[in-house]
Amino acid sequence: MEHIETQLAELKTQLDALQKKSPENKLSMICFSGDLDKALASFIIATGAVAMGMDVVMFFTFWGTPVLRDANKSAGGKDTMGKMFGTMLPKGAGGVKLSKMNMGGMGTAMMKSLMKQKNVASLDQMIKMAEELGVRIYVCEMSMDLMGFKREEMIQYEGLEFCGVAKFLEEAMDSKIQLFI
Amino acid sequence: MSDDIKISKSFDLKGLACPMPVVKVSKGIKEVEVGEVIEALSTDPGALTDIPAWARTTGNEVVKTDQDGDVIRFYIKRNA
Repeated sequence: MEHIETQLAELKTQLDALQKKSPENKLSMICFSGDLDKALASFIIATGAVAMGMDVVMFFTFWGTPVLRDANKSAGGKDTMGKMFGTMLPKGAGGVKLSKMNMGGMGTAMMKSLMKQKNVASLDQMIKMAEELGVRIYVCEMSMDLMGFKREEMIQYEGLEFCGVAKFLEEAMDSKIQLFI
Repeated sequence: MSDDIKISKSFDLKGLACPMPVVKVSKGIKEVEVGEVIEALSTDPGALTDIPAWARTTGNEVVKTDQDGDVIRFYIKRNA
């Protein structure tokens, strides 16, 4: 009898350990690209995943970071390089270009008008939809620093936080799906 | 057509493109009780595979699908 009890206790510990290891119904995504098409795909997958009942976390890093700048905000106190990056990189979702067929902005403008005509949500609308659905967004602090972006020039987004690689890995480790876009 | 299925709520999703049909259906289904049926109208051909995929994943049920020209009519029962 005692033997069975010890075995049962052992099984219980093993089960607890297994449960801790099993992934949650979660999607972790790295949004590395600052291209309109890829950013749009990221948000379509993110909002779709929430609809499928998943918890979704997006991590914006490198060229993806300027997608979250607010076109109507500006930040002072930047050095020369920071100012240069600030001018050369897109200022928010409205300034993001296609990865192919941009043709000096003509292709992107055509795609945007086509999207409107076909009733495809714009990147701006998708970001708002993601916020409404509770998609969590983290922004890479190192990219912010590297490109000279200040927190006060980023968009207003419920629960937007700044982080490093460890936060992404923590979330990715217990996610069913991990994507790098 | 719908006389044998009692619809609790109807959602007009005509003209909406991916991912909006699943996003709206996932929101809409929560507006009715478990066991009730909603109707969703879509013109997105992708929804024909997407809505059933969404239902299987979330534990809900597409009771019936009708097509009338470009308009697809889904009857979805809330099971979860």
